[in-house]
Amino acid sequence: MTEPRTATTAAPTARANAPTPRVRRSGAARRRLRTAVAAAGFLAPSLLLLLGFWIGPMLGTAWVSLQDWNLIGVPTFVGLDNYTELLGDAEFHAALGHTLAYLAGYLPLVLVCGLAVALLLDAKLPAMTLYRATFFLPVISSWVAVSLLWKWLLNPADGLVNRILGALGVPGPGWWTDPDWAMPSVVLASVWKDVGFVAVILLAGLQAIPRDLLEAAALDGAGWWRKLRSITLPMISPSLFFVTVISLINGFQVFDQVWVMTEGGPGGASSVVVEQIVNNAFSYGRVGYASAMSIVLFAVILLVTLAQLRLQRRWVHYE
Amino acid sequence: MSRKILRYLALTLGAVAMLGPFAWMLITSLTGDPQLARVDAPLLPDPPTIEPYGRLGEAFPFWRFAANSVGVAVVSTLLQLFTSATAAYAFSRLRFRGSGAVFVLYLATMMIPMQVIIVPLFIEMRHLGLVDSYAGLLLPTIVSSFGVFMLRQAFLALPMELDEAAYVDGAGHLRVFAQVLLPLVAPALATFAVFAFMSSWNAFLWPLVIAQTEAHMTLPVGLSLLQGRYSTAWNVVMAGSTMSVLPILALYVFAQRYVVRGITFTGIKS
Repeated sequence: MTEPRTATTAAPTARANAPTPRVRRSGAARRRLRTAVAAAGFLAPSLLLLLGFWIGPMLGTAWVSLQDWNLIGVPTFVGLDNYTELLGDAEFHAALGHTLAYLAGYLPLVLVCGLAVALLLDAKLPAMTLYRATFFLPVISSWVAVSLLWKWLLNPADGLVNRILGALGVPGPGWWTDPDWAMPSVVLASVWKDVGFVAVILLAGLQAIPRDLLEAAALDGAGWWRKLRSITLPMISPSLFFVTVISLINGFQVFDQVWVMTEGGPGGASSVVVEQIVNNAFSYGRVGYASAMSIVLFAVILLVTLAQLRLQRRWVHYE
Repeated sequence: MSRKILRYLALTLGAVAMLGPFAWMLITSLTGDPQLARVDAPLLPDPPTIEPYGRLGEAFPFWRFAANSVGVAVVSTLLQLFTSATAAYAFSRLRFRGSGAVFVLYLATMMIPMQVIIVPLFIEMRHLGLVDSYAGLLLPTIVSSFGVFMLRQAFLALPMELDEAAYVDGAGHLRVFAQVLLPLVAPALATFAVFAFMSSWNAFLWPLVIAQTEAHMTLPVGLSLLQGRYSTAWNVVMAGSTMSVLPILALYVFAQRYVVRGITFTGIKS
């Protein structure tokens, strides 16, 4: 704010007195230059790192995806060959399908459970902070630790879950060792880990709802379900929108829990897109092909996110 | 009244579902091999033993992994604070041409997932000779556009009069930044620090790709190897998992306010 002010006060003086203005004007210019130099200095560390290790590699992905390259020899330009190969790659299609199946299980479950927990936590009662903390423990733990824990819990022979099921007289499934149960096992562990995250975000939305609104509705005879549908859900729709977008973006990139729990198996039954990228690049040495997969993944995430931004007008209410 | 009881009942059920698995992790880690081998054995360790923890370092330099994780997380957090705070100062306090466009560029990088750039990033590190090095592990993680955005909001909440008073006293940008503004955004710095530490401590994909020898592996990568080696010794694997959860748990207990604030902030930005 100081700089424009000095610049305008300099103008009238300039007309009255001839020699001073040049000094004043160059003073303002020098100040502007000094600000620009300071800005460059303050931005340099982050900007150089972003350009070098994020934006550069992003452009690099596009370039590498047009090459046939095994990292050892010289890259050969192959145009869109990698992409046309993807079109006919059954393994990649299966991985895409498994990723979508993961999302189809994970997203509704984590949203409904997260909303339920948030509604339960939204009360001015003792011990609510303590309860919130317990739901947050899996959120702060690493995916690797959580995946190992659930791999052990869901161990078909002597895992705790099947031991409990057995005690109840229910024969437990083979979980991650069974092609049909591998992805549900991954979904179960992921929902368990993320429920607290969804709940805390939605809770922040719930706590912003004016209490008198709900009280007025109650006075008008609205029941619990009616209040939830007509007031609570529309009021927290921005938070709901946010967790849906974030969960979808993260869901498409599912990797850690698959890598640790099933390694994509058994027999490729839970193979996902990022696992295909990692295997193609670092096990089969096909970095061009892996990069084409990365670009497809990025495009899918971008399209889905843009579609959600468009659709939000229909159901998200901002004040 | 009965509503209240129902609410507590449901919450307690949920809490058991959250805490139970962690309890089982701890219980398993304290169970000896003979008991673990018997399916009909009692659930609680009899007697409890810390022997699985002793075996952690047998097949792998487990404690080296742990030290690497601590070192990488601390250095990464400090550097992220530095790079984010300096950029946040420029975006909130300095008027320069193109600042809007540059800020949009920063925000756009938040959309780039590590999974998408992993291959060229690895190739780049190979060119720089940084595969399997601490520098390679750290470089992509020490900048955070999320941190820039978050700290910029904190700076914007401070009145400009603070800067102006300091300028009158003859202070330059560096002094205004470091001595006037930075101490005032300490809560935001703490929130971001907790956030940055957690993401570094829990990171898996990049360390998995870039650390090729045990000397540079972090705890999550080490744990995933431990599982491969001890596919049946779940007590050892759970001991390792417990060790990896403990520091983050301690951080959470002491900085719960900042952790929750950091997570909810990601919700506010929408």
